[in-house]
Amino acid sequence: MQESNGKPGDGGRGPGAGDGPRTVGDLVANAKAVRSRAAEELKQTVHAPKKTDVWKSVLRVKHDETPRSRSLGVLSNVFLHLHPSKINRDAVAYNYTWGMGGMTFYVYITLVFTGTLLMFYYHPSKVVAFRDILYLENDVPFGKLLRNMHRWGAHLMVIMVELHMFRVFLTGSYKKPREFNWVVGVILLVLTLLLSFTGYLLPDDQLGYWAVTVGTNMARATPLLGAAGPFGPQLGMTPYHDVRFGLLGGSIVDANALLRAYIWHCIGIPILASTFMIVHFWRVRKDGGISGPAPMMLESEIRDRGPGTRGQGRDVVSPAP
Amino acid sequence: MDLHQLWTILSAPDNIAIVVLLLAVPFYAWYGLRQAFANDRLIDRLEADPEMAKTHHRKTQPYRPEWDKEVHVWPYLLRIEFLAAIIVTVILLVWSIAINAPLEEPANPTLTMNPAKAPWYFLGLQEMLVYFDPWIAGVVMPTLIILGLMAIPYIDTNPLGSGYYTFKQRKFAILTFFFGFLVLWLTMIFIGTFIRGPGWMWFWPGQTWDPNRVIFEVNRDLPDIFGITSRAGKFFFGATVIAAWCVAAGVFIHKLITATPFSRKIYRRMSLLQYAVMQFFLIGMLSLPVKILARLLFRIKYVWVTPWFNV
Repeated sequence: MQESNGKPGDGGRGPGAGDGPRTVGDLVANAKAVRSRAAEELKQTVHAPKKTDVWKSVLRVKHDETPRSRSLGVLSNVFLHLHPSKINRDAVAYNYTWGMGGMTFYVYITLVFTGTLLMFYYHPSKVVAFRDILYLENDVPFGKLLRNMHRWGAHLMVIMVELHMFRVFLTGSYKKPREFNWVVGVILLVLTLLLSFTGYLLPDDQLGYWAVTVGTNMARATPLLGAAGPFGPQLGMTPYHDVRFGLLGGSIVDANALLRAYIWHCIGIPILASTFMIVHFWRVRKDGGISGPAPMMLESEIRDRGPGTRGQGRDVVSPAP
Repeated sequence: MDLHQLWTILSAPDNIAIVVLLLAVPFYAWYGLRQAFANDRLIDRLEADPEMAKTHHRKTQPYRPEWDKEVHVWPYLLRIEFLAAIIVTVILLVWSIAINAPLEEPANPTLTMNPAKAPWYFLGLQEMLVYFDPWIAGVVMPTLIILGLMAIPYIDTNPLGSGYYTFKQRKFAILTFFFGFLVLWLTMIFIGTFIRGPGWMWFWPGQTWDPNRVIFEVNRDLPDIFGITSRAGKFFFGATVIAAWCVAAGVFIHKLITATPFSRKIYRRMSLLQYAVMQFFLIGMLSLPVKILARLLFRIKYVWVTPWFNV
């Protein structure tokens, strides 16, 4: 290990350095010198690991308790840099955000993790899909726990997304300048429901089969694009050529539907959802961080302006001190 | 009273999520509204006292002038996030150890489940199938719900209440959301889960699910009640009734959003497009419970009967 500011050995004489007399006494003396130097270097490393080059190369900045270090610790870390370095002091209390957005993201990560592990044991094939679940439940170590965590995590995510939306509405956080991020959030809500729905079919049991049958039967009735929908037949839609057929890869829920659900569930929608999440988080920062708790505005401070002038200049004058 | 039946439904593994939701939503509604009312009391004081409004920090949170407005994310936020992650993990682990994910028999197209239910978060839509044809309940309505949610920030012209809980300053918005989320969405999910049994029949909580139960109930179309039989007559009668309903609902909504001086102030800020979009979605939202009640109370199946579609 190279020391950056340690003592430079004993006079630069390393092992085997120089060509002095090679008696046994010299060799022993040399060996002792090397040993004491090694002990010295080890001691320095153990006593001050933060001064080693390895440590510095990994963490890049100091982590002492100065404001600068605290900021850099967040800003220069790839996992933490979504955060600002400082945040509204009232926003860290639980009562404002309920923590639902962050916890939703955490549950999503949990689902990606458990889902990936489940993929090791699952074949999206009508022949073995159900047997894979039985295998997973009965033979794979912790397989039952894995499946349970994925199932309940999915339910938890739907609940948390709805509560997150509820909070954002109650605090008026969708208002200017965060309108578009609300739209992204609605898309994420839909993707969450679709993720959950596509996963429902995968065990290939009666529950999933009939749930997906009920669900996709509605696609049959899509106006214009479904074989049984208004104006569908007039436009040439048949059970073998309409939007439901495209979803299922067939006219009934069968092997192709299982494969399609699997691909949407494991590849398609997660990529879409991750992409929109990136936009969602990015926009939270770009729109000025989380919305509050902000100073309250009063009715008397609204600028009474004509219709359609919204978005031009400030809506409310005289912000609080 | 069949308590066993009740317990069977309540303790179905997939229904536990709904039980959690039905407990969590009222709790958080209370939790949010409590802060809203606390803020409203402060708003009242500030409105009454302009001098105080000039100097007050305008939050109900504790405040001292010498305090920094912002704190470091590390450690003040990150430690909470870390704690939250641990708590969620523990909850998820305990839930997963205690309760097994359901697994029925292998999929069998020849053996229909009775009742065949969608996942719980779609049960509201499935319940809609009772009242509307699939193209409305399964396609048009979800699309309108999604578009309507997306439209909210663009049609809400009330500049107040951004970034803090309040009820007083956003009565209409909050009551509308409560109506849509709690009354419509969650109630429909509740009915779909706990009320609907075999054959998608109505079973009160505690009533035994009898797969052989027969309900003799003839549903009528609205034109039939008025003795209209011809195709064209049905078409024009239905169109007239729907148009009349839309106008009536639109007038009612207009009265609501111009009820107080404050709401008229907000109304004046709306462009014509914003107003039209808002009316469109609110009329649609209001039509839902009306059709539901028409069906449940008066056994009316369709209002507007045409050769191509029925509403």
